[in-house]
Amino acid sequence: MATAAGSQVVIPPVRRVPDRFRTLTGAIASVVPLIVVVIVVILFQQASPAVWRYGVGFLTGTDWNPVTESFGALPAIFGTVATSFLALALALPVGVAVAVVLAEQGQQGIRGVIGTGVELLAAIPSVVYGIWALYVLAPWSYAHLEVPLSERFGFIGWLSQPGVRSLFNASLVLAVMILPTLSAISRDVIRAVPRGLRENAVALGATWWETTWRVILPAARAGIFGATILALGRALGETIAVTMVIGNNHSIPPSIFAPAYTLSAVIANEFTEATGVYHPAALIELGLVLILVTLIVNVAALWLVRSTSRDVSRAA
Amino acid sequence: MYVLTLLALIPLGLILWFTVSKGLPPALHLEFFTNSFRPVGVPGGGVADAIVGTGILVGLASLMAIPVGILGGVYLAEYGVARWAGWVRLASDVLVGTPSIAIGLFAYALLVAPLHHFSGYAGSVALAVLMLPIVIRTTEGAVALIPSGLRESGLALGLPRWRVSLQLILPAAVPGVITGALLAVARASGETAPLLFTAFGNQHLVFDPNGQLQALPLTVYQYALQPYKSLQDQAWGAALVLVVIVLGINLASRWVLRRQIALAGQL
Repeated sequence: MATAAGSQVVIPPVRRVPDRFRTLTGAIASVVPLIVVVIVVILFQQASPAVWRYGVGFLTGTDWNPVTESFGALPAIFGTVATSFLALALALPVGVAVAVVLAEQGQQGIRGVIGTGVELLAAIPSVVYGIWALYVLAPWSYAHLEVPLSERFGFIGWLSQPGVRSLFNASLVLAVMILPTLSAISRDVIRAVPRGLRENAVALGATWWETTWRVILPAARAGIFGATILALGRALGETIAVTMVIGNNHSIPPSIFAPAYTLSAVIANEFTEATGVYHPAALIELGLVLILVTLIVNVAALWLVRSTSRDVSRAA
Repeated sequence: MYVLTLLALIPLGLILWFTVSKGLPPALHLEFFTNSFRPVGVPGGGVADAIVGTGILVGLASLMAIPVGILGGVYLAEYGVARWAGWVRLASDVLVGTPSIAIGLFAYALLVAPLHHFSGYAGSVALAVLMLPIVIRTTEGAVALIPSGLRESGLALGLPRWRVSLQLILPAAVPGVITGALLAVARASGETAPLLFTAFGNQHLVFDPNGQLQALPLTVYQYALQPYKSLQDQAWGAALVLVVIVLGINLASRWVLRRQIALAGQL
């Protein structure tokens, strides 16, 4: 713009117009963090009678007696942790194998079928898993897995005493349920491994098996670990399918083939009939323990998965 | 490797096989869908109460969760680099991983205990909390996929930002958004634990969300644990109906997505 010599152009200061669309949608989106905070606050408030009365002993006590109002969560905590880890151990080999196959092997057709199959497995409601586990999986596992194993290895205490409703059967159905999560995230992590790595290995003369086992999987190790932790988070919180086959036994089982209990199963079974002040509060405290544990596990897993995908692609 | 992979598909086949083989006989009668709970020994029991209950619960939950989720997803996609958006995403992932029974306890503490009665409203609030993070994340993903050229064209033509988002970008992302909403609906239809202490179940065919409502997953759960074969058979029938609904919604959403990809390829 031409100006006469000596005149000055005055530029008015820029006014920032508030982006009302951003504040409006941001406020609506804020419902989510608000809900998370409210859930924890409300549950803590409802559990507080039990928290103050039982203190830390709640987590280490083994006696669950609504009549004498003495509540100890250790058997339930043990059951939750044991079923989840056993389920992970069962699901990990299959899940990683599925992930490897989905990430690279085979023609598009087979991969499509397997991928769809695994996703449908994820879509099946947990109560359908439960009824199937109750009437199909548990009896089969009792007859073909528990009894033979306990006959042969029963001298080891924790492989004796087979039962249809057992810690082992609950872990088995949990393994099937967490398989899709495990394989889907592992597949994404394996896909994120740069192609250059595989090509280098092949150029050095490695077979497909050697490349996968010694190059790709180690590179994806941290991400697969993150996927495992995420699947662990799902397994810890699973309620209905586990409740139907765990056997509802308020004590640490002497064997993995014996009935046990989990945090969510106790809540599901007892909450609607809990009376008084301390029984419901103790049950809600169980829910609080469950939420806090799954929260920590999930946040750790998300951080792991995200940081691995970044690191792996950065290393290319 | 392939052997282990097949091992993964065997449970799917078994579940579908048994659900169909045990669920089809009771479900083949029309009265299974028109009658409600009949006591043991009285023939002709059905799941009409459960189907209506699920419809009402999921419908109310969708009304609460889907609009909020879509707008929240638009926020995350449009202003995703803001620090608050990071917190919303984290909270959303945390909520997805929260055990559904804890959400049921939350809805109980909020809406059942103070009002001194179980209600369908409490159940649908619990289901809405479950659906919300799914809708938000899938909407964000769908909107983020739209090429920025569309947004830039709209802005270049002088449209305000909200018009660009809501009238230009969002309609283009509709298939992905619908897929996300459908997946959330499928998830909510199959959930049992949040309904155990909120909707609580009902043995009559009722339409009032202010009272107890039955739902398909509750039917499966309650009847499967009964010692009577007739009720167990109805549980399998209800499980079959549930699986058909859920898998149907999943396959339908895949079809919608595939159409979008095909259409996008023609652009």
